[in-house]
Amino acid sequence: MAVTSAPIAAAGRQGQSWSHVIAFVVMVGFFAIAPLFIYPLFLMKALCFALFACAFNLLLGYVGLLSFGHALYFGWASYLSAYAAKAWGFPPEFAILTGAATAAVLGLIAGSIAIRRQGIYFAMITLALAQMMYFFAVQAPFTGGEDGIQSVPRGWLFGLFDLRDQMTMYIAVLTIFLACFLLIYRIINSPFGEVLKAIRENEQRAISLGYKTDRYKLMAFVLSATFAGVAGATKAIVFQLASLTDVDWPMSGEVVLMALVGGLGTVFGPVAGAFIVVAMQNYLAQVGQWVLVIQGIIFVLCVLLFRRGVVGELAHYLRIRL
Amino acid sequence: MKRIVSLAALAAVLACGTAQAQMSDGVIKIGVMNDMSGTYADLTGPGSVVAAQMAVEDFGAAAKGLKVEIVGADHQNKPDVGSNVVRQWIDRDKVDVIVDVPTSSVALAVNQIVKDKNKVFLVSGAAASDLTGKACSPNTIHWTYDTWALANGTGNAIVKTGGKSWFFLTADYAFGHALERDTAAVVEKNGGKVVGRVRHPFPATDFSSFLLQAQSSKAQIIGLANAGADTTNAIKQASEFGITKAGQNLAALLIFISDVKSLGLQTAQGLIFTEAWYWDLNDANREFAKKFAARNRGIYPSMIHAGVYSAVTHYLKAVSELKSDADGKAVVAKMKSMPTQDPLFGKGTVRADGRKIHPMYLFEVKKPAESKGPWDLYKLRATIPTEEAFRPIKDGGCPLVSG
Repeated sequence: MAVTSAPIAAAGRQGQSWSHVIAFVVMVGFFAIAPLFIYPLFLMKALCFALFACAFNLLLGYVGLLSFGHALYFGWASYLSAYAAKAWGFPPEFAILTGAATAAVLGLIAGSIAIRRQGIYFAMITLALAQMMYFFAVQAPFTGGEDGIQSVPRGWLFGLFDLRDQMTMYIAVLTIFLACFLLIYRIINSPFGEVLKAIRENEQRAISLGYKTDRYKLMAFVLSATFAGVAGATKAIVFQLASLTDVDWPMSGEVVLMALVGGLGTVFGPVAGAFIVVAMQNYLAQVGQWVLVIQGIIFVLCVLLFRRGVVGELAHYLRIRL
Repeated sequence: MKRIVSLAALAAVLACGTAQAQMSDGVIKIGVMNDMSGTYADLTGPGSVVAAQMAVEDFGAAAKGLKVEIVGADHQNKPDVGSNVVRQWIDRDKVDVIVDVPTSSVALAVNQIVKDKNKVFLVSGAAASDLTGKACSPNTIHWTYDTWALANGTGNAIVKTGGKSWFFLTADYAFGHALERDTAAVVEKNGGKVVGRVRHPFPATDFSSFLLQAQSSKAQIIGLANAGADTTNAIKQASEFGITKAGQNLAALLIFISDVKSLGLQTAQGLIFTEAWYWDLNDANREFAKKFAARNRGIYPSMIHAGVYSAVTHYLKAVSELKSDADGKAVVAKMKSMPTQDPLFGKGTVRADGRKIHPMYLFEVKKPAESKGPWDLYKLRATIPTEEAFRPIKDGGCPLVSG
């Protein structure tokens, strides 16, 4: 059986990787020319959220764990990154690393508590821990409460590139995004990633095959938190601020929506989903009081018509994997 | 990307060539950004756009040869959305002045961007007194009110009108603590006494145990050092406990006409607070309110709407004197050097730290029997004169004036 299925699997994987390569090239090409006709700051924001959604998708799409507290890692990383850049005078690359490290530690703590439970209980524990840290952010003096941390310097990347320049900042954010995106892709397609998918499909069987699933789940949780942290930390540098919006629970909900709208368990789905949601927030801002109504209608339509998400439906239609 | 879909209203189109040529890109573009869909929508929201339009019309911009355009946006109370909109407005759409912007985190972010890009920022919606304190900027004017003015006005005027003993109900986070600290200081300075205080979690829904403590303290005044839903919930529950009927008065430190309206007179009666403007104070205000309500779904103007009107009027005056809107610092400097004069706030001045000063008023919510109409909500208890209404310039720590 192993002999007969191996070539098929190999062929399948080859077809899959071709469609991935093409989609990746299209995506990079889009990002390369996008600043010519789309406002760069908007693109940077969308890229940060795209990375956040990819990180979240790593957990929900590939391990099947619905975390409802991802704002915790995103928001706290942005606070620490902003604080490091402003109060300690860290250069941007170290500020972002500080944020990512914070998220990793928080992910390790929250993950090791949460993975002991499953399904709705897992989601509730992650939400509870995230809200706990939200209230800490409200109270702690260094976060600035409702005012947030403002006027964070963008600084010089590696002491060479002046990030105050809009395009330099864009290239830096794009580089961070692509590096993390490829890393996440590598993780998903590694033997480690195969085990994660096995856990998603049937955890009992994975256990019976001798995998210590808790360790795999914890590892995936920490990785997801860390990437979410990179996204939040980068966003703090881009917008030069960190505020309560990013640690509050609606942010945890927003990332779920991004992943759902784009397509769960697809590689490119969260990127598309993040762009759609962020674009709605920004471009509909001009429509004034109708923003939320329109947003709501679009989500209802997505749930009714595109159950697999935008990218998921497209992949299904073209019979490829994206 | 040209954004066509927008609240944008072309307020004055006609222009005669000469004056317009000196404006950057020929048009004065006013960007009104606030919360159009959330908690502050009635207080700021589309009403602020209407107020700005009325200011442009009443100024007679078209007749004076100024071409003015107004755009509106909803920042959804998110600083990143607000910051994105403002940068795009300035970089791409050539917006010259940002107006309103409630929510302190958004206002502080916009404050920095406008300073970096040398445009003008006229704050009406935000309360943060830091905007004229350590975050003050040569491009920003804080128009209507701030937390210091509210805390001071309420604390000061209540003690002077007989409310000597106070009990504070404080939201347990930095904002609530600051509000309590500032008010308590004013109360004690004026010879009042703080008999007790209790901190409630933020946000809270059940205030019963805190209110019972406040009731048993026998304090004349229960100061609510919180905001938004916390304040309205506390007022509702206090009304259920019959606290005001038993003789104690509630003093809210941050509440607006839209909150009072939605609470209703039955619940809110006897509540005392400070505001910068009320529609029923004089004839000019009443006339403005009537015209405004007709254009704003029947909703009467809040002090923030009035502030937008007054700020835009003064801005247009300064720009038409300068004959240029290109240099934000120069426009703000001009606005500071000219005395302000408009039908709603009367005569006033803008201080060097960017604080617009005018009298503040202490109001009490009417009893249902006293009210003669759906918007007849307040009676005036005291007027806080201009020179006492705002934080003294030397106490703010604004770098613009210290050196």
